Amino acid sequence: MSGTRRGNARGIRAACPALCRAVGAVAVGVGLLTASAGAQDPGVRIGLTYEAGVKPGVMVLPVRGLGGDSIRVMLQRDLENGDRVEIIAGDGPPPLTVNGRSQALNYGLYATLRVAAVVEAVITASGGVRVQVHDVGLRKVADTREGPLPTPLFGDAWRQGVHRIADEVEQSITGVRGIAATRVLFVKDRRVWRIDSDGANATPVSDAGALSPAWHPSGRQFTYSQFASEGTRLVTQEFGGSPKPVAGTGRGLHITPAWSPDGATLVWATGDGDGTDLVARTTGDATTVPVTVGRGTDNVSPTFAPDGRRLAFTSGRSGHPEVYISDADGTNAELLTAFAFGDRAYRSNPSWSPDGRAVAFQSQLDGRFQIVTITLRDRTTKQHTSDGENEDPSWAPDGRHLVFTSTRSGTRELWVLDTESGRLRQLTRGGGARMAAWGPRI
Amino acid sequence: MTRHILLVLATATVAACGAKNPPPPAPTPLAGAGAAGAAATPTTPAPATTAPVAPSDADRRAREAALSRAAADSAAAARANAASAAASVDARTTITATIYFDYDASEIRDDARSLLESKVPVLAANPGVRIRISGHADDRGSDEYNLALGQRRAAALKRWLAQRGISEDRMLLASFGEERPVCGDADEGCFIKNRRAEFEIVAGPATLVPAK
Repeated sequence: MSGTRRGNARGIRAACPALCRAVGAVAVGVGLLTASAGAQDPGVRIGLTYEAGVKPGVMVLPVRGLGGDSIRVMLQRDLENGDRVEIIAGDGPPPLTVNGRSQALNYGLYATLRVAAVVEAVITASGGVRVQVHDVGLRKVADTREGPLPTPLFGDAWRQGVHRIADEVEQSITGVRGIAATRVLFVKDRRVWRIDSDGANATPVSDAGALSPAWHPSGRQFTYSQFASEGTRLVTQEFGGSPKPVAGTGRGLHITPAWSPDGATLVWATGDGDGTDLVARTTGDATTVPVTVGRGTDNVSPTFAPDGRRLAFTSGRSGHPEVYISDADGTNAELLTAFAFGDRAYRSNPSWSPDGRAVAFQSQLDGRFQIVTITLRDRTTKQHTSDGENEDPSWAPDGRHLVFTSTRSGTRELWVLDTESGRLRQLTRGGGARMAAWGPRI
Repeated sequence: MTRHILLVLATATVAACGAKNPPPPAPTPLAGAGAAGAAATPTTPAPATTAPVAPSDADRRAREAALSRAAADSAAAARANAASAAASVDARTTITATIYFDYDASEIRDDARSLLESKVPVLAANPGVRIRISGHADDRGSDEYNLALGQRRAAALKRWLAQRGISEDRMLLASFGEERPVCGDADEGCFIKNRRAEFEIVAGPATLVPAK
């Protein structure tokens, strides 16, 4: 299910207590209601028409003042992109009045519109935004959040301010913080670009000849590989700054960097002759230490488990590329993805989910790459795509969404997948986007 | 050189004609013209009393012989230059010939061996030449893994040449993975052209000598 749906329910009040935390129970209850409604005479309907996968309905009220319309649209879109609530369009019923003065939201009417939470934002005197989250079931303001909106209006910082409030509202309603105030790095026209999670502000941030950007966990800098005269080196760059070479990556091939979650150690793939191996270097140390012992095979594309103790990476040690996991020092390496004798399918580019439970990767199925996840507990796999070629997944900080490269629209674009619902949205336009890396919360 | 000879011949022809039919007065005297030229381009019709200064027969024969010797020498030199330039181009072509690979493989194919073998004596005859071997891949597979594959291809060639006596110091390696395709279609005819290693001369004399 996607898109905004109008509240069209009539009859009894929506059974949605305490902000719909027990959505499953609600769905069952409503199912019973609709089943009994089927026995009624035609033309008479009681109860609500819920579709499968019910999510709590949220209505964002109009926001008064300069930029108010943009704030409202951004809040709606951010909440929708989070895939945990359903935006119900409309301005809501008029507030209850006593002696001609507005008193409170007419919670009863909101309930009939299937609205579980009402988001009411105002621009404050200091130029920030204050948001009240109304719990329709409990008929009261459940939470109030406030944040700054730095000038200029509609500028980069202003938009991030709105995104941050949207993430807090999502946390208030669902218990899980949103991912609106995040950004994605990717490669296009041989440069690293940065784009906001909602597809705004696509900007090149590096010089030419760049590949494989990796976020530093601080979110303030990134590391990428860059073609140079003596080979392919690694550089680290602050946003808005100039690139600085990573020590120990002068001559030869140095590619696919990944920072440990504590931001202390960089792991990457290097090779100057026989094969490519992962190595690690802790900031401040004078030496680079080996991680994999590939014996002439290629070992690339490392990704850290969220506890920093394990790594997943691509290795050709079995004769063709497969995804392996090992301890962070390279010991206890084992094949993660399925391998059958004679199987020449190609599996690569792992991304370890921030909740630690799964690894996403690309797998060749019928000659084309598709996005697959594998759970670490029982090694069950799930294929998430089938349309076009789909490559290079990277997890969002919520451990639920993936950004990846897809040719489904005819050109290479970045798409965002909700792994729970399968809902997809296109992030980039104009073609040629690849090698996405989803950054930390800002 | 050839142009210079033609100019001399043309001037001589003009001189020979001028003796019989003086050309109309030129607006300006020809600067740098020789004695024959000066005689051929008088500003006024020459009076009968002042005969043109004709060179003696012996002088003329000597000069003609010298001219013809110079022409022959320069033609021979040009032929030698052309031959050496062609040899240099051949040597360059041999060194920079592209080697192709199988899918996801860095092993040197049997049909690439003779081409690779032909590079060895040329590299041996031109010790000043340094080369860069860059590995490439077709665009199937992971972009990042293909960078490693390209490196492995370039390294396999370097190892092969080093085993045949070419100093490793003369060979730089690079990999461009699938970043620099020579062909953009999604079919095997194109994939095969992109799975390659290119040889580039990065240092050495302007003219190369052929294999001994």
